[in-house]
Amino acid sequence: MTDQAYNFAYLDEDTKRMIRRAILKGVAIPGYQVPFASREMPMPYGWGTGGVQVTAACLTPEDTLKVIDQGADDTTNAVSIRRFFQRTADVAVTEHTRDATLIQTRHRIPEEPLTEDQIMVFQVPIPEPLRFLEPRETETRKMHELSDYGLMHVKLYEDIAKNGHIATAYDYPVMVEEHYVMSPSPIPRFDNPKLDRSPALMLFGAGREQRIYALPPYTKVRSLDFEDHPFEASKADHACDLCGAEDSYLDEVIVDDAGGRMFVCSDTDHCAGRRAAGHVGRLGAGTEDVK
Amino acid sequence: MTDLQMTRPLFSVRDLEKRYGARIGCTGVSFDLYPGEVMGIVGESGSGKSTLLGCLAGHMAPDAGTIAYDGRDVLAMSEPERRRMARTDWAFVHQNPRDGLRLSVSAGGNVGERLMAVGGRNYGKIRDTATDWLGRVEIAADRIDDRPSAFSGGMQQRLQIARNLVTGPRLVFMDEPTGGLDVSVQARLLDLIRGLVRRMGLSAIVVTHDLAVVRLLADRLMVMKGGRVIEAGLTDQVLDDPQHAYTQLLVSSVLQV
Ligand SMILES: Nc1ncnc2c1ncn2[C@@H]1O[C@H](COP(=O)(O)OP(=O)(O)OP(=O)(O)O)[C@@H](O)[C@H]1O
Ligand SMILES: [Mg+2]
Repeated sequence: MTDQAYNFAYLDEDTKRMIRRAILKGVAIPGYQVPFASREMPMPYGWGTGGVQVTAACLTPEDTLKVIDQGADDTTNAVSIRRFFQRTADVAVTEHTRDATLIQTRHRIPEEPLTEDQIMVFQVPIPEPLRFLEPRETETRKMHELSDYGLMHVKLYEDIAKNGHIATAYDYPVMVEEHYVMSPSPIPRFDNPKLDRSPALMLFGAGREQRIYALPPYTKVRSLDFEDHPFEASKADHACDLCGAEDSYLDEVIVDDAGGRMFVCSDTDHCAGRRAAGHVGRLGAGTEDVK
Repeated sequence: MTDLQMTRPLFSVRDLEKRYGARIGCTGVSFDLYPGEVMGIVGESGSGKSTLLGCLAGHMAPDAGTIAYDGRDVLAMSEPERRRMARTDWAFVHQNPRDGLRLSVSAGGNVGERLMAVGGRNYGKIRDTATDWLGRVEIAADRIDDRPSAFSGGMQQRLQIARNLVTGPRLVFMDEPTGGLDVSVQARLLDLIRGLVRRMGLSAIVVTHDLAVVRLLADRLMVMKGGRVIEAGLTDQVLDDPQHAYTQLLVSSVLQV
């Protein structure tokens, strides 16, 4: 039952309209950060209030919602956001990527390819990719306007100078349609290629920083790099110990006090689906509840 | 007529004026700068030197006048055009290296930024060029990964110069490039700047309090007072035979600005 004290999906209609206008503007200018008047949500900022507001503005009663955090549907953050929308919008929820029409996420893009019928909503802590090198908002705005991105490569240069290779593993900056450099949010760079020409609409919401940006379906997204240090969508050099997948992003899990460890799919739905279909990894038998 | 004047000026300024409300920042400034020529701007504090330099370099908009660079009307350019030109053809050396450097970025990254801004995408080449430039400004190659916050004032200023000259600009603006440094460090830096300017055939506009700086660097000199140019000419001529009473005061050891 929808809690009658709230409007559908918690936000009032005026606020949702305002957010939708920002989303539409973002869709019209892929990768451009649109300011919006972020509202107080009944959860702290670190919990993805930007994503929650975007989701609230997009949800319809017919939607099926999936919420993931670090690839999993059952972490506290994912559970509480999912419950929030069950309570305030009474929408159907699912853990299956395939069945979801709207997926709110922190840290991951599902392994299963997305479709034109789906919307991905990303929770973004810091939308400005240039922020750490150029704190002045007036300057970064100019840089975006003029596509003046030497500074972004300075960041990668520093990375190589220090580590011998591009060590940026999360929130790896991308160039959108050869105009705007964009923060993909703290997804692993393994997921960056999934942004490129995705059939799904991708929306990014930053609550504290009050920014929304978007990648409409089939937008060209290129990860920045150097000729002699090309971008690589790296992952741990293992197969999933539960389902045997060799091409999915893995988390390293400590399994006992003796330093024993295993690698498992970070996308729990993907892993469970593969196991249900009979795939078995190195430690797959009898370790169903390891995550 | 000198050889210089037979070629086309690189930079032409006419009747430039900048006001701060009712106060004059600078007014009625006109000059031509020829390729390979260095012009000094001297004058007491508040005479309008920084205001003029800021207008010339595009950091602030003048209220009247025209500026042409290489035959193009600078003030009529769109902002993207002007910014592109400012990072390929021009350079600006700030008095305080902290204003012209990124202190949280390594020396190599500071030098490499302009290369990357104009499309440099080969890490190895960028690093080689940065190493070469550190050498040219007498910074040891093994400091390439250090942050400039760990450098002395003189080193920071040399790094700022390398960062600015790495893309081979044609016109360099400098505001008190040796200000705030010890006398011995100043002399060495001036020598370095002079060598680079001559070797690269740069045109430069140098603002300074210090007549020793103009004597060493500048082919020509403009003396400013109250926002106006009161005397201009070849450096040696102006310094050895000043016409204006104020300039006479300035060059006499009595008045040390
Ligand atoms: N931002 C400003 N607002 C108002 N007046 C200003 C501003 N900047 C400069 N002025 C005034 O314009 C005049 C010229 O100042 P400017 O800074 O160009 O002189 P300067 O020759 O560079 O002096 P200094 O040698 O001290 O650096 C002065 O009267 C100064 O007070
Ligand atoms: Mg000044």
